[in-house]
Amino acid sequence: MSLQEQWIAFLTILHKEIKRFTRIWIQTLLPPAITMILYFVIFGKLIGSRIGDMGGFSYIEFVAPGLIMMAVITNAYANVSSSFFSAKFQRSIEELLVSPTPNYIILLGYVMGGVARGVAVGLIVTIMSLFFADLHIHHWFTTLFIVLMTSILFSIAGFINAIYANTFDDVSIIPTFVLTPLTYFGGVFYSINLLPEFWQQVSVLNPILHMVNAFRYGMLGISDLHIGMALVGLTVFVVILFVIALHLLKTGKRLRA
Amino acid sequence: MTPALSLRNLRKVYNEKFEALKGISLDVMPGDFFAMLGPNGAGKSTTIGIISSLVRKTAGTVEVFGKNIDTDFSIAKKYLGVVPQEFNFSMFEKVEDIVLQQAGYYGLPRKQALVQTEKYLKQLSLWDKRHTPARMLSGGMKRRLMIARALVHEPQLLILDEPTAGVDIELRRSMWEFLREINAAGTTIILTTHYLEEAESLCRNVAIIDQGVIVKNTSVKSLLQQLNKETFIFDVAGNLQSLPHLNGHRVAQIDEHSFEVEVDKGQSLNAVFTQLTTQGFEIVSMRNKSNRLEELFVAMVNANKDLAGAAQQEVRS
Repeated sequence: MSLQEQWIAFLTILHKEIKRFTRIWIQTLLPPAITMILYFVIFGKLIGSRIGDMGGFSYIEFVAPGLIMMAVITNAYANVSSSFFSAKFQRSIEELLVSPTPNYIILLGYVMGGVARGVAVGLIVTIMSLFFADLHIHHWFTTLFIVLMTSILFSIAGFINAIYANTFDDVSIIPTFVLTPLTYFGGVFYSINLLPEFWQQVSVLNPILHMVNAFRYGMLGISDLHIGMALVGLTVFVVILFVIALHLLKTGKRLRA
Repeated sequence: MTPALSLRNLRKVYNEKFEALKGISLDVMPGDFFAMLGPNGAGKSTTIGIISSLVRKTAGTVEVFGKNIDTDFSIAKKYLGVVPQEFNFSMFEKVEDIVLQQAGYYGLPRKQALVQTEKYLKQLSLWDKRHTPARMLSGGMKRRLMIARALVHEPQLLILDEPTAGVDIELRRSMWEFLREINAAGTTIILTTHYLEEAESLCRNVAIIDQGVIVKNTSVKSLLQQLNKETFIFDVAGNLQSLPHLNGHRVAQIDEHSFEVEVDKGQSLNAVFTQLTTQGFEIVSMRNKSNRLEELFVAMVNANKDLAGAAQQEVRS
């Protein structure tokens, strides 16, 4: 396949993925917007006003970057895991597997579809947050880098989940039992400086804490941790998961008999 | 001439236990209309799965127009269009989108993809349904959609795995006509089928697969020449009171108005008619029982089973 043909195949997958999540916008784009409004109203306005400042910002300004990040993570992951598993379940993935489309293009197409939804939901949530908080971007590069790399990372993770999944339950296990707890303990609603020393050290092992913290740094300019670690760590994780996903596609694990 | 499809010592062992293909070799020449026949579980779908890279082979090589599917997979796959046995498209997508996407996966530019999608949807009478979600189509339409999808990149080799299974007679005949047309236009076609009439009517060459081995690989014509008997059905006026006694012929009743007579190939039917007239049977119509290939197929598969049984017996003893 020539590079031009590969580009067409990539755009076809990406277009299909974007069309899918926009077609079912009531399931994909609307719920995060409503959930985030509830978060902003309850944690920001009602409870936040009693909590006071955190890290030099009002509580609602402090939680806004974390909530945006939470939406990006869950939506990037959910998009790829549900779309790819659904294609596997309906066997429409065979359309791609019989075609000359190289494995890396298949992976990139699905991952960029996840990134598109993650970023789209991130934007929606950001716009919602502007009704409740006065947000500015402190460091553009860090903000954009973290959003893009985080959505890439969780899109690949969703892809790997979908490859291994045998049932729709298998697709929801990781978000429910792994992603949600890690996100809630990932400093979305609090600064880890509020935790006892022991739990601060335990929290540092949570990769989502680094992403949320780095994104908050990008927006507010405050940080509990070293930002460089988040940037390098994210890049390394993306490379590792990409190689694993590509290997799974190449060997045809759970895809070819 | 480079074969359109060349299989060499193709083996497939599932879960290190079940050997679905036991080293089959096969050549299909360009322009051929080739049938793969075999009972359920014979290895036909596994063979197609390996060719289309949906099944990982244990050993052997596959070449499509001289291109190895392992080393030249990109070119080999472009030559190939596959219509699977089961529906394998997204039920939520529209007919046109399904075909357009497949064109995109083969790298066809958008303009060309639109033209070819329209061409094949029209040829398969699906153009009016182009905006309909696939789940709303009838069974026959879904099958035609899979054919349009397989043809949109204009492959030189089209493989169809039981394309007319569950399709009504009228639609089956129109699909046969369509397949004949694209074969006449130069596309090599391989099909697996349970309808032996289909293979007899459409195909020039045939491979009979049973228990993972090719029992027979020859032309349909020469296969039919192996038949040394033909069966004719006679319909009588009124009710059949008793069966006629015909010297040297097997006779069996079909219903209260008809019976069948087995005749050696090439033998004159005059003697049969003379005896029927003498015995007072008034024949109102006569036809050839159209199960010729079926008889051969059953005979060959049974012979293969006997052979496999004998081999197992030998191993045990």
